[in-house]
Amino acid sequence: MEFSFIPIILSLKVAFASVIIVACSSIPIAGLMAKREFLGKDVVESIITLPLVLPPSVIGFMLLVFFGKNGPLGKLLEQWFHTRIVFTLEGAVIAAAVVSLPLMYQSVKVAMESVDQNLEKAARTLGAGELKVFFTITLPLAWNGIVAGLVLAFARSLGEFGATLMIAGNIPGKTQTMPLAIYFANESGDTRQASILVIIMTVFSFLVIYGLNRWGKGSKRDSRGGGNNA
Amino acid sequence: MIDLRGLDFSPLLISLRAVIIATIVTFFLGIAAACFVSGYRGKFKGLIDGVLTLPLVLPPTVVGFLLLLLFGKNGPLGKLLMAIGMTVIFSWPATVIAASVVAFPLMYRTVRSAFEQIDQNIINAARTLGVSEWKIFWKITIPLSWPGVAAGTVLAFARALGDFGATLMIGGNIPGKTLTIPAAIFFAAESGDMRKALVWVILIFVISLIVMTLMNYWTDYQSKMTATIGRR
Amino acid sequence: MLNAHFKKDLPTFDLEVDISLSNGILALVGPSGAGKTTILQCVAGLQTPSWGEINIHDKAVFSSDHGIDIPIRNRRIGYVFQDYALFPHMTVEKNVMYGKPKKGNIPNKALNVSNVLDMLKIGHLRNRYPNQISGGEKQRVALARALMTEPELLLLDEPLSALDQDTRSTLQQELLKLQTQWKIPFILVTHDVQEAEMLGDQIIKLDRGKQEEIKGIKKLHKAQ
Repeated sequence: MEFSFIPIILSLKVAFASVIIVACSSIPIAGLMAKREFLGKDVVESIITLPLVLPPSVIGFMLLVFFGKNGPLGKLLEQWFHTRIVFTLEGAVIAAAVVSLPLMYQSVKVAMESVDQNLEKAARTLGAGELKVFFTITLPLAWNGIVAGLVLAFARSLGEFGATLMIAGNIPGKTQTMPLAIYFANESGDTRQASILVIIMTVFSFLVIYGLNRWGKGSKRDSRGGGNNA
Repeated sequence: MIDLRGLDFSPLLISLRAVIIATIVTFFLGIAAACFVSGYRGKFKGLIDGVLTLPLVLPPTVVGFLLLLLFGKNGPLGKLLMAIGMTVIFSWPATVIAASVVAFPLMYRTVRSAFEQIDQNIINAARTLGVSEWKIFWKITIPLSWPGVAAGTVLAFARALGDFGATLMIGGNIPGKTLTIPAAIFFAAESGDMRKALVWVILIFVISLIVMTLMNYWTDYQSKMTATIGRR
Repeated sequence: MLNAHFKKDLPTFDLEVDISLSNGILALVGPSGAGKTTILQCVAGLQTPSWGEINIHDKAVFSSDHGIDIPIRNRRIGYVFQDYALFPHMTVEKNVMYGKPKKGNIPNKALNVSNVLDMLKIGHLRNRYPNQISGGEKQRVALARALMTEPELLLLDEPLSALDQDTRSTLQQELLKLQTQWKIPFILVTHDVQEAEMLGDQIIKLDRGKQEEIKGIKKLHKAQ
């Protein structure tokens, strides 16, 4: 059988779209959660991080309940935009974004919390407003955590299987991403297709881990305030 | 009301068996690996850490595929086990192995970072007092990193309970034999039986909640104990 | 010019403050935990007093009676932190330029970065990063950064405590010189009584939130 590149392309599409959604939502949320106190903060935090401990098939089930043709969001989409999410690539993107959001969020939040508060106070005494403080101090100093979060979210999006299978189905050429293609190729006895995809994913995953470990070591010295040691 | 009559409860027992054994196995292996890697100073540290962390980043189906290669009837471990009359693939040990492998990196990484955050001066102080390394490990390292060990155990438990892809590939969802709760949710939802899927979803929530609550109580208790022996 | 009369409830004691300062250096001296830094932070707007009022140049920046609490960035205060709080990802020059008012806003002194850097003898460091310079140099950068905002009041929180004795004496002399050049009041927090007596035109001793002893203006001859 011929080796098919389509699952790779579909996976990359899903992972990039998911990472963009996750980055745009998690950075402002983490900024608020790291620096502000408000009522119900714990609840919001729990909801965001829940997908980290939920089984993928539970997430898939919940997405089906929400986006299915009788679900609240599914109905809205059908009536207003005449589109649906179930069994489409958009569904795969949503599944990937939901499972990778907590990874990105936690990474960014920890990075923002570890920015020395005195630096932010210093910026305020120098006349900076909250937005300027965020963009010129907090964000650049949390940059290492943001990059690490992006890489983790990308890897997680690329590897999503259970929730994707449930919401997007397994339609070859349309929603069959790499993890799904591996399962079904193996099941149908196409070991060659499965092996090549497995090798690609394994090498990629190893590079991610190795790169993140290196990145973490290289960035430790520079991330805290300019106080001590000359 | 949801009708529970006629529901096959075998996935619950299969999941619990797999998860309990997997959590115990990863608990000890994770601590041992964390201990080894944080003490190891050689040049293969990055490689070893990478291999041990790999199942965390790999898609579950890739983990399943690699386990098939390893434990299949032509795989190195598969042949070995076959010689003592044990088949792993598509039988209940497969669910245990899949759950252990995907849960292991969470235990290993959490415990390792907890170990590495311990103030080295405390360990050195214990050494100057003539305490043996073994005693230092059990009396100082483990109590001081207890929150990390507890968090790692909960994460490993949750991951083991939730695994779908790897178990699917190596276990093969044979009802009554290797069909776990996550797989039961998938097959119920796929066949359109959303009520049955919901029963399993609620059940898996209840199990997770019970374990996390127990762990929280235990950690509170432990940290009260360690507070009296000099934790800040 | 500063007039501050306020109270701040702290977990272990209540801080009572009554200070007025027209020019020169006010030294706040006392043991750690006496509430020195809290006073500075209340004046700067980093903390909110429980009750009272603070006027800078006859303008109320805080008043519990009138519900005034002007945000930090509009108080026109320079603040030098104990650990300098230099931005590690910016060069010395970028640090110093961070708070420079936009052109046309405040015309009086027409500050130039190069002049300020040279005055504090750090012109040669402008392209270095904070982790590449010494403690004394960091302190000069922090001073330059605070002065570039053209403040009407400069607050210094234990600015010299982390420095070695030699650097410390040099910087003490320069602080005195800087104050006469700049002609704005300084409030300096220190735990060192000698340092307070050397630098302070007024000295307030603090213990557990109470102002214990006030030494008046004793070194007018120095300022001339």
